[in-house]
Amino acid sequence: MNFSELLKLSGLLGRFSPDGKCLASCVQYRLVVRDASTLQPLQLYTCLDQIQYIEWSSDSLFILCAMYKRGIVQVWSLEQPDWHCKIDEGSAGLVASCWSPDGRHILNTTEFHLRITVWSLCTKSVSYIKYPKACQQGIAFTKDGRYMAVAERRDCKDFISIFVCNDWQLLRHFDTETQDLFGIEWSPNGCVLAVWDTCLEYKILLYSLDGRLLSTYRAYEWSLGIKSIAWSPSSQFLAIGSYDEKVRILNHVTWKKIIEFEHPATIANTKTIVYKEVEKSPSVETERLSFSPTRALASSLFSTESKYDISQVPVSLQYIKPVADRANPKMGIGMLAFSPDNCYLATKNDNIPNAVWIWDIKKLKLFVVLEQLCAIQSFQWDPRQPRLAVCTGNSKVYLWSPAGCVSVQVPAEGDFPIVSLSWHSSGDSLVLLSKDNFCVCYLEREEV
Amino acid sequence: MGDWKTITVPVLSSDSKDIFQYTSEKKISSSSMNSQVLRLPLPSSKSVHSFFSAFCTEENIEQSISYLNRELTTLGFPSIYAESKGKELNLISIINCMNDLLVLQHKNLRAQEEVEMQHLKLGSDMDHLQNCYAKLKEQLELSKREIVGLQERDRQLQSKNRNLHQLLKNEKDEVQKLQNIISSRATQYNHDMKRKEREYNKLKERLNQLVMNKKDKKIAMEVLNYVGRADGKRGAWRTDKTEARNEEEMYKVLLSDYQERQKQLLVENAELKKVLQQMKKEIISLLPPQKQKPKERSEDGTVLSDLEEDIGELNKENMWELSCETVREQLTNSIRKQWRMLKNHVEKLDSQVSRVHSEALNDKDVISREDHELETEKLELEIQQCKEMIKTQQQLLQQQLMSPCDDDTNLLLQDCYLLEERERLQEEWRLFRDQKKNFEKERRSFTEAAIRLGLERKAFEEDRGAWLKQQFLSMSTDYKHSENVTTPSSDQNNRLMKSTSQQRKPHYTLSRPVSAEPCQTPQYVTYNSSSAASKKPAGDSKIYQWQASDKEETE
Repeated sequence: MNFSELLKLSGLLGRFSPDGKCLASCVQYRLVVRDASTLQPLQLYTCLDQIQYIEWSSDSLFILCAMYKRGIVQVWSLEQPDWHCKIDEGSAGLVASCWSPDGRHILNTTEFHLRITVWSLCTKSVSYIKYPKACQQGIAFTKDGRYMAVAERRDCKDFISIFVCNDWQLLRHFDTETQDLFGIEWSPNGCVLAVWDTCLEYKILLYSLDGRLLSTYRAYEWSLGIKSIAWSPSSQFLAIGSYDEKVRILNHVTWKKIIEFEHPATIANTKTIVYKEVEKSPSVETERLSFSPTRALASSLFSTESKYDISQVPVSLQYIKPVADRANPKMGIGMLAFSPDNCYLATKNDNIPNAVWIWDIKKLKLFVVLEQLCAIQSFQWDPRQPRLAVCTGNSKVYLWSPAGCVSVQVPAEGDFPIVSLSWHSSGDSLVLLSKDNFCVCYLEREEV
Repeated sequence: MGDWKTITVPVLSSDSKDIFQYTSEKKISSSSMNSQVLRLPLPSSKSVHSFFSAFCTEENIEQSISYLNRELTTLGFPSIYAESKGKELNLISIINCMNDLLVLQHKNLRAQEEVEMQHLKLGSDMDHLQNCYAKLKEQLELSKREIVGLQERDRQLQSKNRNLHQLLKNEKDEVQKLQNIISSRATQYNHDMKRKEREYNKLKERLNQLVMNKKDKKIAMEVLNYVGRADGKRGAWRTDKTEARNEEEMYKVLLSDYQERQKQLLVENAELKKVLQQMKKEIISLLPPQKQKPKERSEDGTVLSDLEEDIGELNKENMWELSCETVREQLTNSIRKQWRMLKNHVEKLDSQVSRVHSEALNDKDVISREDHELETEKLELEIQQCKEMIKTQQQLLQQQLMSPCDDDTNLLLQDCYLLEERERLQEEWRLFRDQKKNFEKERRSFTEAAIRLGLERKAFEEDRGAWLKQQFLSMSTDYKHSENVTTPSSDQNNRLMKSTSQQRKPHYTLSRPVSAEPCQTPQYVTYNSSSAASKKPAGDSKIYQWQASDKEETE
C-alpha cells in the first residue's frame, strides 16, 4: 500500500475521472487536474470565484465547476485547455448544478428551486423544467443515461416527470401519493423508480418506467420513517434504512419485505465476527516532555498505531441516544451501501456511530461488525470487489474484505483527519479527503 | 310431698298428734322392703312427725278421726268407721287404709323418684343443651364476624377492581385523547404547511415573473465554440415521431427487463420442479411396498398409481416442463401425499422402536437403538482415549529416541540405567544369598536330623545287637567260641571294608566337610564284638558293623 504525499484541497472536492485517468482537485478557485497514477498536474484552470462543486462529464472530457455565490458555472475541456465555457445564471441564482448523462448538457437548479435550466453545449437551446421539488434527491438519472426522473411539486402535490435524455422530451408525468416527497432513485436496471416520502411518514412507492405504480410499502405509522435507501446492483433488492434503527429489504418480485435487519447495541450472535479497533501502543503523554511540541508535530510523533482485535461475542457497542426534541435527530440508519458483487450490505446506525455493520446478503444474516475508536465519517465499497474502505476522521484508513480487516496509518506530517474517501473506478487506488488536504492511496492487487 | 305438707300443716296445727305419731311409727317400723323408700322421707318423716304430732291430741281425737275419715273417703278409700257416721273405728278398714296409703306412698315415692330422675335427666339435658346453645351461639357469632370480615374484604377488592378499571379506562381515554391530539395536530400542521407552500409558490411565481421580465442579459451562456455531441450524431427535432419512438424505446426497455426476469424465473422454476421430482422418487423409494397397507392403497394407491402413470407419461414426454396449473397441482399434491405417507411410516417405525426398546429390557438379544448408540459412543470415546495414549506414548518414545543427540544426557541416562540395573542385581544377589543361607540352615538341620536319626538307629541297632548278641552268646558260648575268635579278624576286615564301602554310599549327597564325619568314624573302629560296654566309637563301629551284618543278613 502506497500513499502519496498530502496535497492541498478545499471543499472536499477531489474526484477521479470516470475513465480513471485523471484526478481533479480544487484549491479555492483553482482547479488542478492530475494524472491519476503519478499525481502530476496535467492542467491547471482558474475560475472566477471559489469553487463549490466540480463534476466530471461522463466521457471524462469536461469538468464543470460551479460557484454558487456568483451563480456561475464554468466548464473546462481536457482535450482543449483553451476551450472555455461560462454559464451565468445571473439573478436567478444557482443552488445546484450537474451534468446530463451524455456529458453535453448541464442542469442548473436556480435559487429557490424556481426552475431547472438545461443548458446544452452542443446547441444553443435552453430548456426549462418548472416547479422542481426542493428536496435532497430531486433529479435521478438511470444508469444507462437514457432517462431522467425529476421530482416536481405543484399545488401542494408531488409529481414525477420522466424525460428522455436524448432530446429532453417529456415521457411521463404522474403524481405520487406522497405527502412530501423526499427522494427518488432509479434501480440499476433502469426499470423501477423508488420514490420515498419525508421522514415524518414511512412510505416508499415503486413506479415502473412507464409511470405505473408497482407497489407501496409502509412499515409503520407515526414514528420517524425512512432515512436512506440503497438498491442492490442487480436490482433484486431494495434496502430501506429507517429511523427505528432497522433496515428492511424488499425483493423485486413481490416488493414485499423479505427480512428486517436490526442494529442492537449488544451483539449476541456467536457467528458474527466483531473487529474492534484497538490502539497498538500507548500514546506518550505530552505533558511529561520538557519541551512542548506543536500540535502537528506531536500528532505525527506520537500518532498511535492501531490494529484490529477480534472481540468475543457478546459485545456491547457504544449507544448514543440523541436529544429527542430536535429535528433530524442523529438516529437510525444513515448510511447504506451494497457491495458491487451483491453479496454484502454495509450499514451504519447513527445511534451507534462507531460501528459499521456488514451483512451477508446470501444468508441474510449479520456477518461482521467493525467497531472503531472514532465515529464513522464515510465508507465506500470498492467498485470491483467486495472491499470496504472506511474513514473515521483520524488519519487512518480502514479496509475490510471477507479475508480480513486492516487499519493503515497514512504517513503524513501533521494532522490529516480523513473525512471522505472515494475509490478509483478500477479499485486500485483511493483518494482520501480531509478539509484541507487530500492523499491518494495506491493498493496492490493482492492486498487484503 | 312438700305440697301436701304445706297444705295440710296450717289447717291442722296441733290436733291429732298422736295418730300421726302412730302412723309415723308404723312407717318407721314397717318391713325392710320399704326401708329404702322410707329412708328418703325419713328426715321429712321426722319433721312430719313433729309437724303432724300437732294434728292429733287427746282433745281432738274424734275430730281428727272424722277428719281422717272424710279425707280418706274423699280419696276413695273405704270409711274407717265401722258404720257410717258411727264412732267406732273399723280396724280392718283402718289397716287396709293404712296399707293402701302405704302402697300409695310407695307409689308416690317411686313416682317421685322417677320424676326426680327425670328431672335430673332433664336438668342435665338442659345443661347440655344450654352448653350446646352457648357453643352454637359462639360459633354463630364467630361466623357472623367472619362473614362480616369477608364481606369487608370483598367490598375492598371490588372497590380496588373498580379503581383499576377506572384507571384503565382513564389510560385508554388518555391514549385516545393523545391520538386524537396527534391526528388533529397533524392535520393542522399539514394545513399550515399547505398554506405556507401556497404562499411560497406565489412568491416563486412572482420571482419567476420578475426574472423573466427582466430578461437579464446576464443569464446567458458564453461558450467559445459549441461542442459536438457525445455520440457524434446531430441533434434531432422534437416531433411526434420522436415521441412515439421514445415511447417505443421505453416499452422495449421494460419488456426486455420483464423477459429477463421471466427467464430467470423459468429457470428457477425448472430447477425446483426437478428437485421436487427427485424428492418424490426418493420418497417413493423410501416407503415400504404398498402391499402392506391395503387400506391406504384403496384410497390413495389407485389414485397415486394413476397419478404416477400420468406423471410418468408426462415425464416421458417432457410435458412437465409446461407450467400449466393442473400439472403443477398434481405434482404438489402427489408430493404432499407421499410425504404424508412417509411421515406416517416414520411415525410407525418410531413407535415400533419405542415398543422394542421397552421390550428390550427383557430381551437381551435385541439391543435398542439408544443403547446401541450409547455403546457406540462409549466405544468411540475409548478408541479416542486409546489413540491419544498411543500418540502420547509415541511422542515420548520419539523424545527418547531423539534425545540422544546430546552425549552428556545420553551418558547420564545410560548411567542411570546402569545404576538401576546394578541396584536391581544387588538386590537380587542379596535375596539369593539370603535364600542360600536359608537353604544351608535347612540342610544343616536336615543333616543334624539325619545324624540324630542315625544315632537313634545306632542305639536301636546296638540294643538289638546286644540282645541278639546275648542270645547268640548264650547260644554259642558252648561250642563255637574258638571259631568265632579266629574268623572275626578277617571277617572284621571284610566287614570293616564292607562297612566302609557301605559307608561311602551315603544316603544323601553331602558336601565334603559334612560327609567326612561319618566317614571318619569308621577309622576309629576297633573290633570289639565281645565287649558290650565299649567306647563310643567302638559302639559306633559296632553299630556300623552290625549294620553291615544286618545288611548282609538281609541281602
